[in-house]
Amino acid sequence: MPPGHRPGYDPFGAVTVGTYAPSGTYRCVRFATNFWDSTLPGSWRREIEGMPAHSLSLVREDATPMPVVPAGPRYQSWGRYPRVARQDVLQIVWRCDVPRWDTLDRSVLPFGQGRSYGDSCLNEGGVLLDASGLRRFISFDHDHGILACEAGVTLAEILAVTLPRGWILPVIPGTKFVSVGGAIANDIHGKNHHRAGSFGCHVRNLELLRSSGERMTCSPESHSDLFAATVGGLGLTGLILSAELQLARVGTALLEVERIRFGQLNEFFEISEESDATCEHTVAWIDCLAGGRKLGRGVFHRANHVQQTVPAGVRTRGTVALSVPFYAPRVLLNRYTMKAFNTCYYGGQFTTTRKRLTPYERFFFPLDSVRNWNRVYGRPGFLQYQCVVPPRVGRDAIREILERTARAGRGSFLAVLKQFGQRASPGLLSFPRPGLTLALDFPFQGRPTLALCDDLDAVVAQAGGAVYPAKDARMSPEHFARYYPTCDDFLKHMDPRFSSSFWRRVTGATD
Amino acid sequence: MENVLIVGATSAIAQETAKCFARSGAALFLVGRSPDKLQAVADDLSVRGASKVGSLAVDLTQTTRHPEILQGARAFLGRIDGVLIAHGTLPAQERAERDREYAADALEVNLVSPVSILTVLSSYFYEQGTGCIAVITSVAGDRGRRSNYVYGAAKGGLARFLEGLRARLAPAGVRVLTVKPGLVDTPMTAHLPKNLLFASAERVGKRIHRAMLRGQAVVYIPWYWRWIMLVLRSIPEPFFRRLPL
Repeated sequence: MPPGHRPGYDPFGAVTVGTYAPSGTYRCVRFATNFWDSTLPGSWRREIEGMPAHSLSLVREDATPMPVVPAGPRYQSWGRYPRVARQDVLQIVWRCDVPRWDTLDRSVLPFGQGRSYGDSCLNEGGVLLDASGLRRFISFDHDHGILACEAGVTLAEILAVTLPRGWILPVIPGTKFVSVGGAIANDIHGKNHHRAGSFGCHVRNLELLRSSGERMTCSPESHSDLFAATVGGLGLTGLILSAELQLARVGTALLEVERIRFGQLNEFFEISEESDATCEHTVAWIDCLAGGRKLGRGVFHRANHVQQTVPAGVRTRGTVALSVPFYAPRVLLNRYTMKAFNTCYYGGQFTTTRKRLTPYERFFFPLDSVRNWNRVYGRPGFLQYQCVVPPRVGRDAIREILERTARAGRGSFLAVLKQFGQRASPGLLSFPRPGLTLALDFPFQGRPTLALCDDLDAVVAQAGGAVYPAKDARMSPEHFARYYPTCDDFLKHMDPRFSSSFWRRVTGATD
Repeated sequence: MENVLIVGATSAIAQETAKCFARSGAALFLVGRSPDKLQAVADDLSVRGASKVGSLAVDLTQTTRHPEILQGARAFLGRIDGVLIAHGTLPAQERAERDREYAADALEVNLVSPVSILTVLSSYFYEQGTGCIAVITSVAGDRGRRSNYVYGAAKGGLARFLEGLRARLAPAGVRVLTVKPGLVDTPMTAHLPKNLLFASAERVGKRIHRAMLRGQAVVYIPWYWRWIMLVLRSIPEPFFRRLPL
């Protein structure tokens, strides 16, 4: 059953009956029996004779459709680079109210929580369809863990509703403040990729609104090619209205976390290999400012869910939210302060392995406890460079990338390394694929930062890897074509009225 | 509050308040205009924990149908513990200055309709002798300003009505809550440029829920509007009308 439709509920054949004072046009709609009976004016009833009057209602059409307005400061990307000058926004609040395509003369792009780092969530000169108002649940099957919800619902809201009932999202990214639509459009991954694959692997179906006015329910079984294009499709195949997700069973909201300090890159590979066999979640923090003999030192985090009941006295809630109230001055963040931070964090770890019970929020979303953490990089913003390289050549490529980064000395405190598993992503343009993935944050310092990223692109392309579009703000069209050879196939499924700043940049398309 | 009636249930603020009730397992009866939208809200509230959700699709400007709302809610909920009346529109001031019918419509939706519903509900609550009636008005009703006086008149009139109703129902043990939100980021204000004074519908919804549980009489949301309006109300009119408000 497609999301949004339930047996007995079928607003079929809406008949416009006429106008009724004080103002507005009325539609006559048949509705489900759980609505209260309504009585129609006698003169109107004749018009709709033949339909059972007890199940009819008159609905006034909204006189004022939602306006297209200039986009405010909220409509930026998370990395705050690039900044977009002209952009308009149209809010999408109801699944049943579709945008009036005939009034939109420019390209459109769905926008959720603005957690993409670069320009894949921006549409300079065009219109953003803000779907964050589509934030309603549709149904939740407690027995089988099947959740249907609108595309603007955030993962935080899902976890708040499903965890107390023993279900958890099968794939959890580094922040809970992303929408379901965004999670699908970027085919996001989590610390359990080696087991669960990407987010798209757990989407049972989704409802897609095309600019032709068509609503299509896409799944691996029906409209499977459009489904494959939409998963990881960067919002370019149409507006995702809702989705049905398969959740995973979980006993408690606690994880048993182990942190293992390692002195160099080779140790990471050993620990990772061993841990992926025994642990649900694995990830490593890397000190990307350390070079030479310390190259690739870091801290490995691995965790399993605690399935039995929570021992008394253990905190199950996350930490209190702090906030970065304004853009930090750039002088605070220089290579010395960052190096000092990294050294302290590395040095502060126990040299022996310890197990610890941790609330899920603290393990999965450490950065969510600091609101607007992106502001520590100051007004110029930052770039995140996330790549994946195939397993065969991965170790050398990662070493090469870390060496180049350390040499340039432009990294920061956020560098994350993880081994992706074999489970294939369902999307045509999906980023996750078998191999090693490394994510590096760079405070944006203009040309030198861009040059370093280009330098890293050369290594990734050579190794046959890919860079993550959701985090990109600068890759060249040539590299994009190399990373995503399925792009030609994808073009066939794109919605002709959808486009983004990212897409025009990497394909050279004009609109 | 276990059984709650929400009128204008598809409004952004009402949805947020309803979510708070749903989380605590309340039974909800929703009234709104569009069956499609009511269904979407009802589904959402069920998933969020409401023990049961019923709905009635009715155009709230049809005051002759207002008794149906009480009948429907009583049939579905049994006893009604709380009511939130949240429907309304924000008329375009410029048009309301020229268009007689449009200005009258604005008062119809924002004043006549809630007054009619409250009249139906008040006798029921008076007899029941317990419960809470919350109605969303606006800070715009505290003073007549040239930029928004038609809306302000409707909301101000409604606030006066509630003041009286509160006095009438208080001895019977029924609480009446006047909710005065400031600028809220909702579809109703989508066309307005946003500034720091705008609050999220979520924040307003949670605050209304809390005020209903506490049994407060008048609540400004967010709190600072109480002081802003106190200042504005204390300015004598000869000065006030010279202000660019």
